[in-house]
Amino acid sequence: MVTLDAKVPDGPIQDKWDNHKFSVKLVNPANKRKFDVIVVGTGLAGASAAASLAELGYNVKVFTFHDSPRRAHSIAAQGGINGAKNYRNDGDSVYRLFYDTVKGGDYRSREANVYRLAQVSVDIIDQCAAQGVPFAREYGGLLANRSFGGAQVSRTFYARGQTGQQLLLGAYQALAGQIAAGKVTLYNRSDVLDIVTKDGEARGIVVRDMLTGQVHAHSAHAVVLATGGYGNVYYLSTNAMASNVTAAWRAHRKGALFANPCYSQIHPTCIPASDEFQSKLTLMSESLRNDGRIWVPRDHDETRAVADIPEEDRYYYLEEKYPAFGNLVPRDVASRNAKTVVDEGRGVGPLKNGVYLDFAAAIARDGEQAVRERYGNLFQMYERITGEDPYTVPMRIYPAIHYTMGGLWVDYNLMTTVPGLYALGESNFSDHGANRLGASALMQGLADGYFVLPYTIGDYLAPKLGEAALSTDDPAFTDAIRAVDDRTRRWTSKQGGTHGVEYYHRELGKIVWEYCGMARSEAGLEKALSEIPALREEFRKNVKVLGSPDGINTMLEKVNRVDDFMEFAELKARDALHRTESCGGHFREESQTEEGEALRDDENFAYVGAWEWNGDDQAQTLHKEPLHFENVALTQRSYK
Amino acid sequence: MSKMLNLKLKIWRQSGPYAQGAFLDVDANDIPEDASFLEMLDIVNERLIADDVEPITFGHDCREGICGTCGVMINGQAHGPEKATTTCQLHMRKFNDGDEIVVEPWKATSFPVLKDLMVDRRAFDRIVEAGGYISAPTGTAPDANEIPIPKEVADSSMDAAACIGCGACVAACPNSAAQLFTSAKLHHLNVMPQGQPERWKRTEAMVETMEDFFGSCTNHGECHEACPKEIPLDFIAFMNRDYVRSKVKNRSLASQ
Repeated sequence: MVTLDAKVPDGPIQDKWDNHKFSVKLVNPANKRKFDVIVVGTGLAGASAAASLAELGYNVKVFTFHDSPRRAHSIAAQGGINGAKNYRNDGDSVYRLFYDTVKGGDYRSREANVYRLAQVSVDIIDQCAAQGVPFAREYGGLLANRSFGGAQVSRTFYARGQTGQQLLLGAYQALAGQIAAGKVTLYNRSDVLDIVTKDGEARGIVVRDMLTGQVHAHSAHAVVLATGGYGNVYYLSTNAMASNVTAAWRAHRKGALFANPCYSQIHPTCIPASDEFQSKLTLMSESLRNDGRIWVPRDHDETRAVADIPEEDRYYYLEEKYPAFGNLVPRDVASRNAKTVVDEGRGVGPLKNGVYLDFAAAIARDGEQAVRERYGNLFQMYERITGEDPYTVPMRIYPAIHYTMGGLWVDYNLMTTVPGLYALGESNFSDHGANRLGASALMQGLADGYFVLPYTIGDYLAPKLGEAALSTDDPAFTDAIRAVDDRTRRWTSKQGGTHGVEYYHRELGKIVWEYCGMARSEAGLEKALSEIPALREEFRKNVKVLGSPDGINTMLEKVNRVDDFMEFAELKARDALHRTESCGGHFREESQTEEGEALRDDENFAYVGAWEWNGDDQAQTLHKEPLHFENVALTQRSYK
Repeated sequence: MSKMLNLKLKIWRQSGPYAQGAFLDVDANDIPEDASFLEMLDIVNERLIADDVEPITFGHDCREGICGTCGVMINGQAHGPEKATTTCQLHMRKFNDGDEIVVEPWKATSFPVLKDLMVDRRAFDRIVEAGGYISAPTGTAPDANEIPIPKEVADSSMDAAACIGCGACVAACPNSAAQLFTSAKLHHLNVMPQGQPERWKRTEAMVETMEDFFGSCTNHGECHEACPKEIPLDFIAFMNRDYVRSKVKNRSLASQ
């Protein structure tokens, strides 16, 4: 029987982390080399954790399916990273960042974790600057900041539009130093396909070498997953093509509870899909909404060219509905309203699947040069992808999935319900509640890797001093290797098949987007719960996988991932169905205010919903971790 | 609906690092001009799969021009004809109906072909491991504003740090040299105050590791032309200067 013990330390919120750091067990510096730690994933969380653990003296093995650790999808983050430095003297503080994050998460995150995140945010900026991250600077040489995502203070640090890339290079370079020092062993092009447990504890992983197809095992005293989110369950998202839920899902099947899988975040300013073969969606910085006006034609059957549509026939729906915030309403509100007008048939573009983001007023007011200086690179990116010039024709935008707040349930130490198995960054659930604030994903990944796990992992390891890691000859490993090898070979040994794996992934994405996307309803989710298992069955029977399992086989890599998404999608829909309230990125049509805003039900749903796997033919069991708000009062958001 | 193109592709196929490769001729008809180059390959692959032919293997991931995973030779040009653009951001509207397009992997001995269009670029990681970092173990950092850095210096560092490590510079070079990549990595750190203590050791080690793997630079400048991030050529001059100085500096540092 699983019990959810969050292990939140006692005491006032300001003192919890300090008290905890003092009370956790330590591994003596000379003994750290006696422990092996596996880190899966080399994004911000994984690379920073692996480098930091190695610096402390642990033996680290790090795994990535990329050719180089530097390619993890953290690299694509554009905007910035929050840090409660208060360098701008504008009233920011650790407490304010904590408060904003809890409120922004729509009161579905764990207060103690969020407070710690805000506390270490200042150390992250110091650490990254010391590594040589080329943050933007003022002429005086000090760090520049901007306000981001509607925050009322300027606490976001950035490196042009490439903050994720620069922070990842910092962590990757620290990792490279440890690889050169022999403290980290890197396994690239390695697909982690299972987590190995024995006597209830994590002992290692099973890996498929993507070059040779060989399946083998690695053993360690602890296993750290930093494997990102599950956004690609939607097929079209702003995630990279290979981002997947496999390692987290396999951990779930081995006993790790999966928390809040229904939470996913939609970003309002993405470029709409142009055809069926669209492989991914591209996000453009939200800053565009500062000067762009969002509208659609009032007439559903509008056929005139944009320039010929007079003002009175244009529906500036955000400005009309939310006069105070206008085009700057939060991400979820902007996204849902775009969906509403497109669903009404007012969409623009050849597929009628977007809304206009129009800069004509800004160009008339400030001049084209001023607009070019502010957004030149974004306009260029838009033109490259669509072939349209946004200086003369309004941009077309539509929301897309780009972050997932749910993930493996972890306690205050970032340990999952499987002892010895940790989850970091986007792969855990803990800090963003039901909605993540802008510039907070990079902060959380690096907080977990640089400043949380290196302290907390000792608490688990210290009592194991003198114990060897489990031999990979143990049946726990050999059985797991055989199971993974059988599963992998089953796909290629099947004869026939109707469609390739892309087809099934696309079909799955359509179901999840339609019924478990921006707006969800009981009837829709019930439909998803009947369609997903049917599609999964057809997929398993009819998917066509060509080529050999003994070597590079990109179809085979993908089919394992889609297979896990097929199972995960069902849990996601089940979680969305059970949570009959709306909160943050989870909008239940049955639960909205008179103005159409998300309406929480704090009496019945102020908890983390964590699901336990019970086997292939059994429904998962829901466990609840009640959330206590002792520092931030629960209020209803309003943007009128 | 977007306009459709009919294309004649010649795509390099090679089953493994030591296998004999050959061009596959494909009539790629009805390709939407709004598709990216990699989406065009996706479409070709779906059709190959329908005909029970194994799809073409190519490296790719973010598809927004930042991860550096993708990259093929398109009609002999690394990342194709559009300036400052990765393969994933190149769109088919840059081609004409009826075009013949030759698609090959990066061609360089240090980037061996793994399969079809996918190559092994681990040599780049070895160069970084040789010294492409600032030793600042977690927890040791002073306050971030303790060291002011002139904006011009930070901007110049950022110009170099924009490198995505795709390898187009090596692929475009007649000598398969990696000077542009290595100099970008060096410039990113060597101009920053934090990078000074290890500057000379870093430069000597990275340049010499580069030379273990790659050819020599003869100033063709093809690397810069192919670079999707337009890394400036003069970083190579900075690197050469620092390398010469490192030979003296490293010895005088040791004798202090």
